[in-house]
Amino acid sequence: MMTTGIVESRGQALAIHNLSLEFPTFSGAIKALDNVSINVAKAEIVGIVGESGCGKSVTTMAATGLLPKGRYRVTGGSVRIFGHSTLAMDESQLQDVRGKMVSTIFQEPMNALNPTIRIGKQLTDVIMRHEEASLTDARRIARDILADMLIGEPERVMNLYPFELSGGMRQRVLIAMAFSCNPGLIIADEPTTALDVTVQAVILRLIQNRARRTGTSVIFISHNVAVVSQLCDRLYVMYAGRIVEQGATRTVLDAPQHPYTQALLRCLPERVAPKQELEAITGAVPNLMHPPAGCYFQPRCKEAVDLCRSRSPQLEGADGRQVACWRRGVGPEISEQGSRQ
Amino acid sequence: MTERVHTITRPVLEVSDLNVRFPASRDWLGRPTSHVHAVNGVTLQVRGGRSLGIVGESGCGKSTLAQAIIGLAPYEQGRVAIDGQDFQTAQGRQKRDLRQKMQIVFQDPQSSLDRRLPVWRLISEPLHIRGGHSNAELHAKAEQLAAAVGLRPEHLDRLPHEFSGGQRQRIAIARAISTDPDLLVLDEPTSALDVSVQAQIVNLLLKLQRERGLTYLLISHDVALVRHFCDDVAVMYLGQIVESGPADEVLGNPRHPYTQTLLASAPSFETPLPTLAELRIGELPNNRKLPTGCFYRERCAKAVAGCEAPQVLQRLGDGRRQARCHLAQG
Ligand SMILES: Nc1ncnc2c1ncn2[C@@H]1O[C@H](COP(=O)(O)OP(=O)(O)OP(=O)(O)O)[C@@H](O)[C@H]1O
Ligand SMILES: Nc1ncnc2c1ncn2[C@@H]1O[C@H](COP(=O)(O)OP(=O)(O)O)[C@@H](O)[C@H]1O
Ligand code: SF4
Ligand code: SF4
Ligand SMILES: [Mg+2]
Ligand SMILES: [Mg+2]
Repeated sequence: MMTTGIVESRGQALAIHNLSLEFPTFSGAIKALDNVSINVAKAEIVGIVGESGCGKSVTTMAATGLLPKGRYRVTGGSVRIFGHSTLAMDESQLQDVRGKMVSTIFQEPMNALNPTIRIGKQLTDVIMRHEEASLTDARRIARDILADMLIGEPERVMNLYPFELSGGMRQRVLIAMAFSCNPGLIIADEPTTALDVTVQAVILRLIQNRARRTGTSVIFISHNVAVVSQLCDRLYVMYAGRIVEQGATRTVLDAPQHPYTQALLRCLPERVAPKQELEAITGAVPNLMHPPAGCYFQPRCKEAVDLCRSRSPQLEGADGRQVACWRRGVGPEISEQGSRQ
Repeated sequence: MTERVHTITRPVLEVSDLNVRFPASRDWLGRPTSHVHAVNGVTLQVRGGRSLGIVGESGCGKSTLAQAIIGLAPYEQGRVAIDGQDFQTAQGRQKRDLRQKMQIVFQDPQSSLDRRLPVWRLISEPLHIRGGHSNAELHAKAEQLAAAVGLRPEHLDRLPHEFSGGQRQRIAIARAISTDPDLLVLDEPTSALDVSVQAQIVNLLLKLQRERGLTYLLISHDVALVRHFCDDVAVMYLGQIVESGPADEVLGNPRHPYTQTLLASAPSFETPLPTLAELRIGELPNNRKLPTGCFYRERCAKAVAGCEAPQVLQRLGDGRRQARCHLAQG
């Protein structure tokens, strides 16, 4: 089964198609993802932005089989990583995919490192497991990649325990670990959110430089639009478990189309004169156990019309630029609704 | 007339040569043998109705400074005055009165509110502590304060866990303004919030400032927020102020090498990610044994002869800008 699909998706590192997923609970199902489609080409750096709880982490964790077993239900869609369909895989196949094709870097590096094992051993273990390298070779690879992450005296650092490193150093060790077995795709889930901006900028550069040099694809998850704007080729905007807009980073940020993307950018202090009132988004994100009918942004949207309250807009537009909004685009229904105003 | 000008412009907060250190190790008698030097000679002023932003990387001493100002961290050297009165040396009733003139709002609205108390009790607690109010008066006062921060009357009897992060921060703000303080210390008040909620809280704080003439000390990692919110800014490094002045000047044209690195690193829509050569990898030096000479020297790309001497905060030209670097005089 690992071979099917390789041929037709050769150019894609990741293809998530119409993925829907829920978490059953006693009081009802939390509909965490609804029809999410995300494509990442080889060597592409793609951002996912959106506010907390919108489904950024669940999307990528579902794709790589990292969600808690038995606690969630996929209700539709498919995921392919370098052509391999991951949703149907068992744990050992998933481990294979996570070792050889995808690595994830999380926000809190302490949780991802074993506190009782020296950095060097943790790195060489990973390298030896995936590269079938000798210990001497693995140590050399580890040293080189730590140096590549601007860790001075890599030999000394390899002899330290995780708690002996600062947060920024730990995160660089984890990035070294993620790149060490040459995965085709790196998923970075808010890797710099807990770090200072001075360290953050270095880490973004390190990820970008190494990914570009090795042709590695990257999915970069962040709630910080400015960070994503500096790093990513293309951008997905999520709201309440749905993709609302997608396109080249500069296009989306310079000329946002979806009312939510527009509102999200307008509430940042960056683009407003000092002390002037910011355009806050009124209301709150919907409860995903009881999402509203129609467009999920409708209760907060200034442009909502009747259709928005009854039917969900789908992502429309050419591949390069898509928006899910009844008031955008050129379909017949849209112009009819638009003229109603 | 002159009286009024005088009250508007006089400093509500004056900090002079403040030093705060914590014992890091002790001998067998429990006497400290070494210290963490968190705040190392901070002098600043905030005039009534204005906002001072404090920026700097994690661990540089921002929160410790805030705690010392509001009397939560003791210090052996330096002076903090609120409305011209020294807080640490004040006694009895005067101290209690001064305490009411300054309040703090923390980053994490979750942990800063007692989860067992209904909202009206949380909001009116500082008044309750001051004493002299009946429960009915406290409830009525809480209702007014809730309205001022955009909470609804039906919220008053609920418990804090029933609220979102942004609403909890509104509760914390209502509580902070309950004693009608002159100074609000805001320690990363929006860092835990989404940007759409941050915008609501920022708008609220600016509105309260306009309406009540509040004076703010805002601690933040977010340069864009400080630029938006503050009249003046002070940049901290290893417990010292390394640059200060009007926010637009300092953030628009930084003169200290550390401020320059900090601003180049801040994520921005306009400027591309700096190259590794432009960035300086490095971390705060150990604050148990402070460096001699310029504290920034081991990370500074511009270090030259002369930097091994201790640097003082000096006024640049004839403006209000100050920097702690002999090269910044330029
Ligand atoms: N109670 C304490 N005991 C010992 N050391 C302390 C104490 N409080 C703070 N410190 C130390 O003082 C220094 C300054 O800490 P502080 O919390 O003021 O930093 P900060 O600038 O607020 O950082 P952040 O941005 O992470 O909030 C740090 O080295 C910290 O470890
Ligand atoms: N294990 C879980 N059980 C129940 N709900 C979950 C679980 N993990 C995530 N969720 C819910 O799924 C939604 C999306 O979460 P997440 O992907 O973590 O958001 P973010 O965009 O902040 O990464 C949220 O409503 C969250 O509460
Ligand atoms: S579909 Fe309607 S409610 Fe949704 S974003 Fe567009 S205009 Fe607003
Ligand atoms: S005094 Fe010297 S080391 Fe310190 S900031 Fe200025 S140039 Fe750099
Ligand atoms: Mg997440
Ligand atoms: Mg702090």
